[in-house]
Amino acid sequence: MIDLVVNGKKYSLDVSPDTPLLWVIRDKLHLSGTKYGCGLGICGACTVHIDGIAQHSCQMQVKDAAGKEITTIEGIPEDHSVKVAWQEEDVSQCGWCQPGQIMAAVSLLKTKPQPGDSDIDSKMTGNICRCGTYQRIRRAIHKASKMTGEGVKK
Amino acid sequence: MNGSMKMSRREFLKGGAIAGGSLIIGMYLPLSHFSAALATPETSFSPNAFIRIDTDETVTIIVTKSEMGQGVYTSLPMIIAEELECDWKSIRVESAPVAPVFNSPVFGAQLTGGSTSIRTEWERLAKAGAIGREMLIAAAARTWNVVPETCHAENGRVINSNGKSLSYGDLVKTAATMTPPRDAPVKSPDAYKLIGKPAHRLDGLAKANGSAQFGLDVNLPGMLTAVISRSPVFGGKIISFNSTKAKAVPGVTDVVQITSGVAVIATGFWEALKGREALEISWSEGEWADLNTPALVKEYATLSATQGLIARKDGDPGKEIEKAAKRLNAEYQLPYLAHATLEPNNCVVDLKAESCDVWIGTQYQTECRNTAARISGVKPETINIHTTFLGGGFGRRATPLPHLVDALEVAKAVKLPIKLVLTREDDMQAGYYRPQWYDRLSAGLDESGNLIAWRHTIVGQSIATGTPFEAMMIKDGVDRSSVEGAQDIPYSIPNILVDLHSPKKGVPVFFWRSVGHSHTAFVVESFLDEAARAAGKDPFEFRRALLADKPRHRGVLELAAQKAGWGTPLAAGRGRGIAVHESFGSFVAQVAEVSVASSGEVRVHRVICAVDCGRIVNPDIIRAQMESGIVFGLSAALHGKITLKAGRVEQSNYQNYPVIRMDEMPEIEVHIVPSTENPGGCGEPGVPPIAPAVVNAICAATGARIRSLPIQPESILSEIKK
Repeated sequence: MIDLVVNGKKYSLDVSPDTPLLWVIRDKLHLSGTKYGCGLGICGACTVHIDGIAQHSCQMQVKDAAGKEITTIEGIPEDHSVKVAWQEEDVSQCGWCQPGQIMAAVSLLKTKPQPGDSDIDSKMTGNICRCGTYQRIRRAIHKASKMTGEGVKK
Repeated sequence: MNGSMKMSRREFLKGGAIAGGSLIIGMYLPLSHFSAALATPETSFSPNAFIRIDTDETVTIIVTKSEMGQGVYTSLPMIIAEELECDWKSIRVESAPVAPVFNSPVFGAQLTGGSTSIRTEWERLAKAGAIGREMLIAAAARTWNVVPETCHAENGRVINSNGKSLSYGDLVKTAATMTPPRDAPVKSPDAYKLIGKPAHRLDGLAKANGSAQFGLDVNLPGMLTAVISRSPVFGGKIISFNSTKAKAVPGVTDVVQITSGVAVIATGFWEALKGREALEISWSEGEWADLNTPALVKEYATLSATQGLIARKDGDPGKEIEKAAKRLNAEYQLPYLAHATLEPNNCVVDLKAESCDVWIGTQYQTECRNTAARISGVKPETINIHTTFLGGGFGRRATPLPHLVDALEVAKAVKLPIKLVLTREDDMQAGYYRPQWYDRLSAGLDESGNLIAWRHTIVGQSIATGTPFEAMMIKDGVDRSSVEGAQDIPYSIPNILVDLHSPKKGVPVFFWRSVGHSHTAFVVESFLDEAARAAGKDPFEFRRALLADKPRHRGVLELAAQKAGWGTPLAAGRGRGIAVHESFGSFVAQVAEVSVASSGEVRVHRVICAVDCGRIVNPDIIRAQMESGIVFGLSAALHGKITLKAGRVEQSNYQNYPVIRMDEMPEIEVHIVPSTENPGGCGEPGVPPIAPAVVNAICAATGARIRSLPIQPESILSEIKK
């Protein structure tokens, strides 16, 4: 049995310890906001936070996530500045990559509350958006940063 | 929209919102007139419903088009809401079931494609909204015993001139008992409150919080996951297989042979994948096992030197080019391209003795229903196709659905609900690509540099052959999607010949965002640029002069040039390129600003886009689609290629089929031409001009002419050396 803490909730799971965390989150916990895109850690669709840091859940075996604090898109508060800015800038198109983009952006803003374009480039380049919403992602990150700075949102 | 879509008819019936009854506005064929009905909790499902208004004020819009990012779950409801005068915040969206009333008039089937949604739906959705509004007004007038002319509708209420008002929810029951008018007046554009202004996407919240449900997100009780081992070569067949090791993998419940290969069924995706890795299969690779890209290019090049089937002939270009003062010849080539939708293809099938439910992110519901009927043997009327959100479409999800066939065959064998998943690698190697193309062109200029003759031979597979679209798309042997954008070249040239060869190959090819235009715009707009330079003329002015009788082409061309500062000095090392192209009823011009590093690497700094897509619904969605099309086209121009070696696709994932990422993203500026023309498409027309705009800019910056995509740094360097 593997014990996991996801979005503050405890789970005890009978899964093979080498199963990627992504497939445990999706197939066993049915938290489907975390997406599969490549399985190689190169598209970012599966991004979650492990102890607050953005990581590719398709590249982490579930046994290595045990005992750590895992946050998925479902664990980000609805009024979080990044989620709000995403809607205000109408970032999403098909939407498949966006939970991963948001998880990466939330993590970026934690370490860099006022990121410049080059910070956004280096941090967000791991997340593919096939619809090409990058310009809006950039705008939404700046907007979320401003909201947080003004103390409007978390 | 409250997060995810309604997922089944059963849930539809169970919904609490309809406890008090609803007003349903539906459409009936063949006369296409509207009907209305009072729906009770028992009868509220209407297969023909376009709008449902509930007593709790919720207005549900049933959308026939698939939401794949292009914004139809926002823009189509805007058309109804504008006429219905409902509160925009009261709108929810549901996907339509399969019914003839939801068919596209263009395709004769329920299909989202060809950038047609706004174009084909506007009129009837406006009418549905207007009829709803008139019925609610009539219901209020009856309630108050006044004439309808003294009432008007506004923001979800009917208001009488004496100041009284009733909400739509209050009026639903009365309205549902009334006969709908045969016709109702639609607004004149100057009275629009929603249309023409940016409204936020209705799916924005669900897509930001992860609750939007895609095909891969569907879970049913007792459901198992299947992955398929398919032939490494298109068309290969199984000789034998051994499933002993696969069946020993924990979680694997079954291994079955199906038409396309061997299915491994397990309790989850990972378990199924592990099982598949343990399979031992011997394949008969079939007739395409010696397919190699370099040989294919050579074969096409040889073919291009002969004349194919004529798609257009004006004058005598052969003779005119012979005697021209200046002659140009060039050969262009483009590779197969994968769609690489970020959500790999998948579907969920729940097959029972007398019914079949399918959850699928599809662009082509009618074919899903027909496929399900054919494979399952269940009556079409008991098949329910539940369209989920699509994690990217781009034509990939309008394909003839081999993975649905796989899922149905597995479900038949194991008699349990099945989720069929393609891995990224499966999806990228499954075919249905944009065809590989080879083009041979020649042109003649007179002494003054006027373009007097143009010859264009095209070689590439037909995407329509053997599909349900064959009769519609192929005329006299010419697949019109192979020549679109070339045969209708907009420039005023007295002598034109466009001809086509359509060799048959085992690689499945199909619709890919902007279809034939993704190829022809690159070739036509690049070669035209070559002609301008050969004539010693400015590429913008050269185009402008040849478009004298094409005001909409000229309009976007001039707007893009003006906004880009065409002709003004640029930073050292930078070049500007321009291209204009009409597709799907819209006109788009783009100016790209690029630089080329000493390594030959191309950087696209800025793209200025001008679009004339006629009357518009939501300008921000149009801007988003132009941005999206540009990035999609840029991925193809800079990186995209699917190649074959010994019949095997050499690319498998994003490491060897790269797409544009944040660090390569140019700044994009979109300008929309105000227009009262009929609406044009938006999902695709942003794609075609970007590749030629970029290569023309590379030529402006370095003198290197690139005639092969994707753009290779080494090709630029070797061209510069020449």
